[in-house]
Amino acid sequence: MYELLKNLGTWLTSGASWSGSDGITHRLAEHLQYSLLATLIAAAIGLPIGLLIGHTGKGAFLAINLSSFGRALPTVGLVVLVFLAGGLSMLPVYVALVALAVPAIVTNTYAGMTAVDPDVRDAARGQGMRGHQVLFQVELPLALPLIMTGLRLALIQVVATATIAAYVSFGGLGRYVFDGLAQRDLVQVLGGAVLVAVVAVALDLLLSGLQRLLFRHRTA
Amino acid sequence: MIQFDAVHKRFPNGTTAVHDLTLEMPEGGVTVLVGTSGCGKTTTLRMINRMVEPTSGTIRVGGRDVTRQDAAELRRSIGYVIQQAGLFPHRTVLDNIATVPLLLGWNRKKARARAAELLQTVGLAADAGRRYPHQLSGGQQQRVGVARALAADPPVLLMDEPFGAVDPVVRAQLQDELLRLQKELSKTIVFVTHDIDEAVRLGDQIAVFRTGGHLVQCASPAELLARPADDFVADFLGAERGLKLLSLKTLADVPYGPAPEGGAWTLVLGEGNRPLHWASKETEIPLRPLKDTDSLLAALDESVASPTGLVARVDADGVLTGVTSRDDIHEHAGAAHSEARVAA
Repeated sequence: MYELLKNLGTWLTSGASWSGSDGITHRLAEHLQYSLLATLIAAAIGLPIGLLIGHTGKGAFLAINLSSFGRALPTVGLVVLVFLAGGLSMLPVYVALVALAVPAIVTNTYAGMTAVDPDVRDAARGQGMRGHQVLFQVELPLALPLIMTGLRLALIQVVATATIAAYVSFGGLGRYVFDGLAQRDLVQVLGGAVLVAVVAVALDLLLSGLQRLLFRHRTA
Repeated sequence: MIQFDAVHKRFPNGTTAVHDLTLEMPEGGVTVLVGTSGCGKTTTLRMINRMVEPTSGTIRVGGRDVTRQDAAELRRSIGYVIQQAGLFPHRTVLDNIATVPLLLGWNRKKARARAAELLQTVGLAADAGRRYPHQLSGGQQQRVGVARALAADPPVLLMDEPFGAVDPVVRAQLQDELLRLQKELSKTIVFVTHDIDEAVRLGDQIAVFRTGGHLVQCASPAELLARPADDFVADFLGAERGLKLLSLKTLADVPYGPAPEGGAWTLVLGEGNRPLHWASKETEIPLRPLKDTDSLLAALDESVASPTGLVARVDADGVLTGVTSRDDIHEHAGAAHSEARVAA
């Protein structure tokens, strides 16, 4: 065990494992690229849905069930399914990651919208705001803290799951895990896993710090 | 003027909120809608700015049928104040007040200047404008709500239990402020409350609703108190409605004479002839000097508590003008009632 940790330390700190096209720097960049793109696509799909459901109050059933559906979805299974249907490309990976991220975004956006005080919404309409003005001037700004929580959760789930890109022969930090498993190189597997965990936790801290900064003058 | 003509409102679940309502709310006056909860008073109010659509009948504001106007534009031309103020928590007080001017397309500078002016109108300090609503007390938030409703100077103001959530002391202050504002602005105000004392205090006319959305009686406060249409209204007005009538009359017409000298009790005056208390050899009893603008009810209350039955009268500056006897107060109280009966 001690030997393993020592080797892990050496692997993580040696300059050779950070440089080159197979180096940690490059893999990290790939990993972040997959994760951010997938989260952005998921946001482009999930935000309008969540806002629409929250604004109209219609389709709440969908928003609530989507979250349990999202949790039950087998990500690797989805990758294999799309891979079989569509051939070898990044598409299966993005489909799986987006499918993973959308429920968290939809349900949190919807939760943010329902948390808007009905009196405030009533007052907004009563002052003469039109539907889109109520949405963009009142509901959206008030739902924003929860919407950002949803995006943060989605991104972290995606970062943790983006290792599957390596499963269908693409890059990212998952390379170390899958290659290490194939080569029975436990240090590499562990190194990859640790890196993914560190990136996820670091992003979480960074984003929640940003959130606190942005909404510091709001009430709890 | 606001006119309801045979207005009916039935909700999709089958309950009738407002039943065949025909009612006029005069221009520049305060119409108070009262009744128990679920009597349709709030629905009636919300139909005026189309927050609720009537099932049948017509509602006209300034002669124009509200359902033939664009709902958002109609609402911008009508001030709207609700119970919890409903301020936008993410906007400063100043921006909250500037809401309707900005919706009407005023530039930001002009809207902010108008908002700053209104802060003063509703009795808030200028630096409150930079705060956020949650940094204000409930009473202050309600003032901001009133300022927001007044921002574009609408001729009509709808107030849905605006003072229902603040404590009695602040509520009385806000009522005074509203009466003061109304003297200056003469808006057509529709005010919903379930507090009959508030209705008597603020209303030029009071409309009493019964469960099921029936209008039972619409009359001036004095008329209502003197001649309730039926037992429901009488019950609603409460057992002390005779006394409540006295709250509508001021002391202005009640005569006063010089303070007595040489009795068991002396009226002790302070600096500048301001009455302090009643004093005998053994003790002192506090008193409350009354101005001409105070009500007969306050005078009755004071005369009962006074050891001599006399009430100290003062001018606007608090200087003693004379004393009024319990008998004079009783006589005017009786006269107020017979007057109301004749008028009704």
